[in-house]
Amino acid sequence: MSALLEVKNLKMHFPVKEGILLRTGAYNKAVDGVSLTINAGETLGLVGESGCGKSTLGRCIIRLYDPTEGEIVFEEINITRMQGKSLLPIRRHIQMIFQDPMESLNSRHTVGDILEEPFIVQNIGKSEWRKKRVRELLDIVGLPARSVSRYPFEFSGGQRQRIGIARSVALNPKLIICDEPVSALDVSIQSQILNLLIDLQKEFNLSYLFIAHDLAVVKHISDRIAIMYLGKIVESGGSQEIYHHPKHPYTRSLISAIPSPDPHNKSKRQVLTGDVPSPINPPSGCSFHPRCPHVQDQCKHNRPELRTTSSASQIIACHFDV
Amino acid sequence: METPEYLLEIKNLIAEFDTDEGRVRAVDDISFGIRPGETLGVVGESGCGKSVTALSVMQLLPQPMGQIAGGQIFYNGRDLSKLHHTEMEKIRGGSIGMVFQEPMTALNPVHTIGKQLAEVVLLHMPVSKQQALALAIKILKRVGIASPEIRMGEYPHQLSGGMRQRVIIAMALVCNPSLLIADEPTTALDVTIQAQILELIKELQQDRGMSVMLITHDLGVIAETCDHVVVMYAGKIVEKGTVFDVFDNPSHPYTRGLLDSIPRLQDENKSRLNTIEGMVPGLMDLPEGCRFENRCPYKQSDCDTASPPAELITSEHEVSCYHWRDLIAATA
Repeated sequence: MSALLEVKNLKMHFPVKEGILLRTGAYNKAVDGVSLTINAGETLGLVGESGCGKSTLGRCIIRLYDPTEGEIVFEEINITRMQGKSLLPIRRHIQMIFQDPMESLNSRHTVGDILEEPFIVQNIGKSEWRKKRVRELLDIVGLPARSVSRYPFEFSGGQRQRIGIARSVALNPKLIICDEPVSALDVSIQSQILNLLIDLQKEFNLSYLFIAHDLAVVKHISDRIAIMYLGKIVESGGSQEIYHHPKHPYTRSLISAIPSPDPHNKSKRQVLTGDVPSPINPPSGCSFHPRCPHVQDQCKHNRPELRTTSSASQIIACHFDV
Repeated sequence: METPEYLLEIKNLIAEFDTDEGRVRAVDDISFGIRPGETLGVVGESGCGKSVTALSVMQLLPQPMGQIAGGQIFYNGRDLSKLHHTEMEKIRGGSIGMVFQEPMTALNPVHTIGKQLAEVVLLHMPVSKQQALALAIKILKRVGIASPEIRMGEYPHQLSGGMRQRVIIAMALVCNPSLLIADEPTTALDVTIQAQILELIKELQQDRGMSVMLITHDLGVIAETCDHVVVMYAGKIVEKGTVFDVFDNPSHPYTRGLLDSIPRLQDENKSRLNTIEGMVPGLMDLPEGCRFENRCPYKQSDCDTASPPAELITSEHEVSCYHWRDLIAATA
């Protein structure tokens, strides 16, 4: 089976302008050589702390950014350098759900307008058919039909996220990039939205790239997980493997940092020292070495490449088996 | 004078806001206490009144819309709501420190870290400017900021999010408060930084015997750091007790729903999560009876008559639900 999406050695370097002449002094290497694949009907979770490049990667894949280097292959078509109209049929199959539905929904449009727009852009169906389809979409995401004539501000955060989801599934896409879709929501609403995403995936055989910083949420919804640190993937594997047998020191500290909702289990946490370094001037060698509890001399000089481990599907970028 | 059992005791607090659509009650008749050296967690979803409770204690409700419409707030035996504002200014930042959620907005962007820290010290302690600066450096070092002398001369935008939150904590602690009120202190931070900050608050508390009121929506943070918990819903306390009472034996349907709806790392992948159906009622149209009634899976016919009173389950475990016994029996 060939992969639905294949990303090969993708790089996104943003120029950093300096001085009054705004010369490019340095590059922010937000995404620095990432490869991944997503199969049909599968969820790949992408986890990392703020500034690790996970959202940038998502935006490159949907071609909101022009990547600096590398390839994005969707259904065996290379879409990395496609421009303008040629992207239109691709966009029909790749959609996106954003973190903040208040900012990603046009506040001057009614929900009906918002949900009809994808069909207008893609020139699909007649007005009457589109209106009918909008009502179906509302029903799919569990909103009342009367929502059609309302505006986004009249809804709660969870309901707005449902509108965002309805818009993303409108065109029957194959891949949806979910960028922190539940981080802004309360716990009881978060679980409603996660259930909805899981149900939709089953019903429409969707693939998700699920980007989030909360490992517990990502683990719940994903088949496979990739952990990013400073623009690179440091570990990836099946989500059970990653949780039960994390192999990279960064993954281990991420898992140990999650506060457990069980007061009897006040685990001795392994607390990382220091902050995430700047991607403009990343550390030499392994970019995790200044914070790594197992750092050795060679970590400071040699950059570890991704390599396979004792488990065939799990790969890590670390010199050692700690 | 006898020392009271509680360092901070809130009795029947009611906080109200004037809005365009009329007066709303954001906090409705809540009572709880924090003992010296204890950490109390206040947990609830957005709009449940947890931040308004904190602001009421500090007498910082936005004016003129917000006011304390009833009840008392005793701190060391004194009713804070009766204090003159000049006296309150001495307590605020002095013996009660406060940490806010957003570290960028809580710091003044046009003053250096050093100036902002020294200002707090000079306001509350009879020291010279030199001594104030020395104290500021000492506290920055204590909260884990490397080369504090250099950081003193820097501006907030030059620091990372985690460092800014450390500075805010330093500012809250520099006058040796006996109570720290932390409103979502780690929500805007990454997990690894969150772990550092929580660890830091715990250490400092043990050093100084300080009491902490920790407001958060994250049940994991509560379980890891708190001795007691207050669960709030739509302006009311629905359950309170020790962390063990509340997490081992959740007796209000809302607490139970919250605990069941968090995805846990041990769960099977893609299993359906339990949810609490529906939404929190708006403060403008609160139901007459139990406020959780429209979402409650255990609802019975008498739930919408009047607000359920708090009942004791054990000496410290309290729940406001008419049918908590049935709930426990049903799930035993």
